[in-house]
Amino acid sequence: MTQFSRRPVLGLLAGFAVAPGIARAQTPLRIEITEGVIEPVPFAIPDFVAENAAGGQYTAGIARVIANNLSGTGLLREIPPTAHVGRITSFDSPVQFADWRAINSRALITGAVRVNGPTITVKFRLFDVVSGQQLGDGLQLDGRTDAWRRMAHRVSDQVYMRLTGETGYFDSQVVFIAESGPATNRRKQVAIMDQDGENTQYLTDGTSLTFAPRFSPTGDRILFTSYETGFPRIYLMDVASRRRQVLGDQPGEMTFAPRFSPDGGSVVYSLSVDGRTDLYMLNLASGQRWQLTQTDAIDTAPSFSPDGQQVVFESDRTGASQLYIMGLQGGGQNRISQGQGRYSTPVWSPRGDLIAFTKQLNGRFHIGVMRTDGSNERILTQSFLDEGPTWSPNGRVIMFAREEAGNNPVLMSVDITGRNLRRVPTPGPASDPSWSPLLP
Amino acid sequence: MQILTKAILVVAALALAACNNPRGGDYDDPLTNGGAGAGGISSTALGDPNDPTSIAYFNQTIGDTVHFTVDSSDLTAEGVTVLRTQAAWLNRYPSYAILIEGHADERGTREYNIALGARRAARVQQFLIGEGVSSGRIRTVSYGKERPIEACAAQRCWDLNRRATTVVSR
Repeated sequence: MTQFSRRPVLGLLAGFAVAPGIARAQTPLRIEITEGVIEPVPFAIPDFVAENAAGGQYTAGIARVIANNLSGTGLLREIPPTAHVGRITSFDSPVQFADWRAINSRALITGAVRVNGPTITVKFRLFDVVSGQQLGDGLQLDGRTDAWRRMAHRVSDQVYMRLTGETGYFDSQVVFIAESGPATNRRKQVAIMDQDGENTQYLTDGTSLTFAPRFSPTGDRILFTSYETGFPRIYLMDVASRRRQVLGDQPGEMTFAPRFSPDGGSVVYSLSVDGRTDLYMLNLASGQRWQLTQTDAIDTAPSFSPDGQQVVFESDRTGASQLYIMGLQGGGQNRISQGQGRYSTPVWSPRGDLIAFTKQLNGRFHIGVMRTDGSNERILTQSFLDEGPTWSPNGRVIMFAREEAGNNPVLMSVDITGRNLRRVPTPGPASDPSWSPLLP
Repeated sequence: MQILTKAILVVAALALAACNNPRGGDYDDPLTNGGAGAGGISSTALGDPNDPTSIAYFNQTIGDTVHFTVDSSDLTAEGVTVLRTQAAWLNRYPSYAILIEGHADERGTREYNIALGARRAARVQQFLIGEGVSSGRIRTVSYGKERPIEACAAQRCWDLNRRATTVVSR
């Protein structure tokens, strides 16, 4: 992965004090992410300024990526460049706030791009148009030109953090299953893309059936299940080198549903033998494995708590599948889901406070969230088949797969408030998304 | 007339045998490929469906598939009848290796359905062993909802897709 250097744009701020008479005694622009209905905050992002000729080819693209990210949150609404009356021709010239107030913009993002050989330098500033104040310092990012989209995502994360006070989620990736071919003989490939659906790459060739990839906590490795041997087996792949190894391969067993522990050192997974499906833990360094559940039932779809001390999973030990939490040695298995219907695919939020799940009720499929004790269940979506939630790195957004009757599956995202349901672009039919952490 | 009808039936059976070969297409077959999965495609001579020792006969005349009700791995009365016939045939021709594929309909989550298919395959395996088929000949695999036999968003297809198929090979 391309490394960035990041530093404040020092020395540029001095001549950039807020123009007298414009500054008002007012709290700076702040977006509170609440459960209530909010009116998206209007913002403007003119094309970035080219600081040399080579930078010119990125000025519009970077601004568009940022605008798309921020609009996609549902918290902000872009005022399109065609409506702008002001022009930003120099990154360091004072901003004419009246021009941006005139179009009712609340926030303004300005930036500049310079390209020197393989290196791209991106600078940006964020302004509260109403108070005429800059929000935070200007920031400069340096990186390789082929990582220009990542730099735009980094800027988006900075803007998001300055406006909401929360960490962003834009400089991240999604692994998923790219599907093609007829439903009766579906070709499935493990694929990886940026969170906005760009830069898709295929990690497996589709020769063997694959499903349910999962990112490691550092985003550099993935786990998935493949039928390469004719039987479902767990594989661990290094994303950069594409090297992979089979984990815990024992004849007569089927292994699937692997998930990393938060420290990346262990994998919890399901093993089916003689029709029973139990959960096991595998220590990657020692190869030691131990059994966590021991029932005749189906125990699967595990997910670690972010502190690494507990595992949530689904089990049909009492009939229809329900959600349970247990300790790392399998102790204290407590049912947490209490509502009607069947619950599956629990996923612990990165904040630790919520568990997302798939729920089947009255022939419909839903994505929902509940507290870790099962209380405050909230259903966020419904369709013919919604399945497999995965959390954004900041725990604000859930991505999942949706299949309407007779249609191919697509990826969708929804805020944990239940608002802002939207399609995540993919090159073709897609399922089983897993969201990476923020990239290093 | 009778001869013509029979000829048509044989042709139809052969066509079905070709379509229904569960190891056609992208299936990796460890029993014939030794896990190598050369392109994921293997070929097996099905033989003449009128030859009672042939795979085609097993698939078409004996019946290679049993079905299940929603979220269940219990054998139906019909399923028991089919499996008894399968067991008798398998006991008569002990050189065939056996792979039982368990499947689920699409009305469940992916990993649960893998486990459910495994449970169904194991149920069939246990039944065949109970009928005297050597356990050493039998392997099981689950495809969950990944390989429906029919694709439609309706009960008709889901009923067909909740199944376990006994795949025999030499």
